Amino acid sequence: MSGKGIQITGLKKRYGRGDTAVYALKKVDMYVAPGEVVGLIGPSGSGKTTLLKCLGAVIEPTAGRMILGDDVIYDDGWKVKDLRALRRDRIGFVFQAPYLIPFLDVTDNVALLPMLAGVPNSQSRKRARELFKALDVEHRAEAMPSQLSGGEQQRVAIARGLVNHPPVILADEPTAPLDSQRALAVIRILNHMARKFETAIIVVTHDEKIIPTFKRIYHIRDGVTYEEAGQGRDLE
Amino acid sequence: MISLAGRDILHSWGKFIFTGMGLGLLIGITLSMAGIYRGMVDDAKVLLDNSGADLWVVQENTLGPYAEPSSIYDDIWRGISGMPGVAQAANITYLTMQVRRESGDVRAMVAGITPGGPGIPGWPPFLVAGRQITRSHYEAVADIASGLKIGERIKLRRNHYTVVGMTRRMVSSNGDPMIFIPLKDAQEAQFLKDNDAIWAQRRRTAENPAFNRPGVPGLLDAIIASQSINPYVNAVLVRVEKGHDPEDVAESIRRWKRLTVYTRSQMEEILVGKLIATAAKQIFMFLVILSLVSSAIVAFIIYTLTMGKIREIAVLKLIGTKNRTIIGLIMQQSIALGLIGFVVGKISATLLMAPIFPKYVLLEPLDSAIGLVAVIIICVLSSIVAIRAALKVDPAEAIGG
Ligand SMILES: Nc1ncnc2c1ncn2[C@@H]1O[C@H](COP(=O)(O)OP(=O)(O)OP(=O)(O)O)[C@@H](O)[C@H]1O
Ligand SMILES: [Mg+2]
Repeated sequence: MSGKGIQITGLKKRYGRGDTAVYALKKVDMYVAPGEVVGLIGPSGSGKTTLLKCLGAVIEPTAGRMILGDDVIYDDGWKVKDLRALRRDRIGFVFQAPYLIPFLDVTDNVALLPMLAGVPNSQSRKRARELFKALDVEHRAEAMPSQLSGGEQQRVAIARGLVNHPPVILADEPTAPLDSQRALAVIRILNHMARKFETAIIVVTHDEKIIPTFKRIYHIRDGVTYEEAGQGRDLE
Repeated sequence: MISLAGRDILHSWGKFIFTGMGLGLLIGITLSMAGIYRGMVDDAKVLLDNSGADLWVVQENTLGPYAEPSSIYDDIWRGISGMPGVAQAANITYLTMQVRRESGDVRAMVAGITPGGPGIPGWPPFLVAGRQITRSHYEAVADIASGLKIGERIKLRRNHYTVVGMTRRMVSSNGDPMIFIPLKDAQEAQFLKDNDAIWAQRRRTAENPAFNRPGVPGLLDAIIASQSINPYVNAVLVRVEKGHDPEDVAESIRRWKRLTVYTRSQMEEILVGKLIATAAKQIFMFLVILSLVSSAIVAFIIYTLTMGKIREIAVLKLIGTKNRTIIGLIMQQSIALGLIGFVVGKISATLLMAPIFPKYVLLEPLDSAIGLVAVIIICVLSSIVAIRAALKVDPAEAIGG
């Protein structure tokens, strides 16, 4: 295994304490290589979102180890001080709903991330527009989010997840609101971006349409992960 | 970096302008309240300025003639005029009353001025129309705030007067317009008894054996004559000669007779510190209440606006926005709202409220500056609740379940 990508070993997450404690993650072991898109599948309540939140440094795990690229970010405790900066610079999020900022136009919704990291405005916008070309929303770059279709919004949200070229992208049911064609288009884009920017991508999904596209799948049941080979159906 | 607050305001400018206008009217009322207080102080100063006096000689141990009743004999001024340092001394009476005109009546402060002409203390220093009083009876000069017109006939007690001249900004410390009439008429108006009372007094005097002595002819007539005149005025206004200290002159008048003498600064202290003190306290209370109401409104609006974009704030946090940026977003919007409110308030106070308010409203630039600072402080403080709510939002909420 190379040092890059995502590596999770023995991750545990307990919600609450004492009698009301819930072990959402009991034993999670996972590896995603740079440039790879893996599926994370499991029944409702199995711990998928919890895993993404831990990996995204949004909630704190209870025990285990997470390595992002060359850095250990969690080892029975956070090893990184500024979690917000970690999220900003090294993790891209794509949610089930796009959650674009309604008062910023499409370009600035995406350009905001590099801006927050201190990149000058013009350069940030240039980066955003390059992504729009790849995601085929170039013509909507000046629009406000409310003027976009659901699929367009989702592609802008994906651009936002990619714009800082994070080594990791976490996507929680990114295709749920889309028809099968659009859903496959989104997966195609994610695969393309993964290869282009050497990004490790985890896609949580229930979506039967896209499950056959993964080469590798992690199943999660009752907080325990099981690795499985996927069909890896050709997307082109 | 772009201004998130600015973008949000531009995006929902209608909401901001609308709430800003509502807040602005409230701020306008607040500024007008301050203006009313300043107007009252200014009215008091104008009253003192226009009297042309350096000293006010009044009944001993009274705060007359404006804040308390005062009456002194109308020949005292002679003695005062002869004193060193006194340039001029003149009797004056003040009587606040309803002045009847052909249609309805008007509340006014009627000043009785010593015959002689402008320059004598108590006379209106300048007119905006018509002429000064030239006859010793039944002519009046009125302030334009009274609504009276030149040539109009008015009735004070039992006598009719013709308005011959108009003044501007000649008002009492209550803001009532002033009407000037000859001193003799004013003395009569102030102390005049009605016919029945005069008859009753004459009868009682005639029945009193001490006054109606058979052996002393003419005594009763003399007594009745003395009863029917009024030898009192409210005060003597004194102008001090150049080169003399008003306080020294005041001191020598005090030593000469059992009289109380006030200098200009003491008089101002009485008017501002005592006469309008209660009104000032009321206005101050209103200012406090209005500030509290404004804060509550700003806090509520900003809280609601923030709650309306709580999901976006969670997303901002998730993608790594610093707390500082989020605080800035909310606080800048709050301040922007305050600034819109202030501009609307200033404009509405100047163009809307001050002209129609029935009292003189003096909008001082300094008060506006203080108001602006207060608005900004209030807005910053009011945004704290919203900021706390925003900082508590868990970025995990942006991910959902
Ligand atoms: N904040 C929380 N406090 C307590 N328990 C929680 C919390 N969040 C999740 N859980 C529990 O942890 C378990 C895993 O939840 P999680 O949200 O990770 O499931 P999921 O796999 O994402 O489900 P779904 O497919 O329905 O979204 C569930 O039993 C859930 O009830
Ligand atoms: Mg979930």
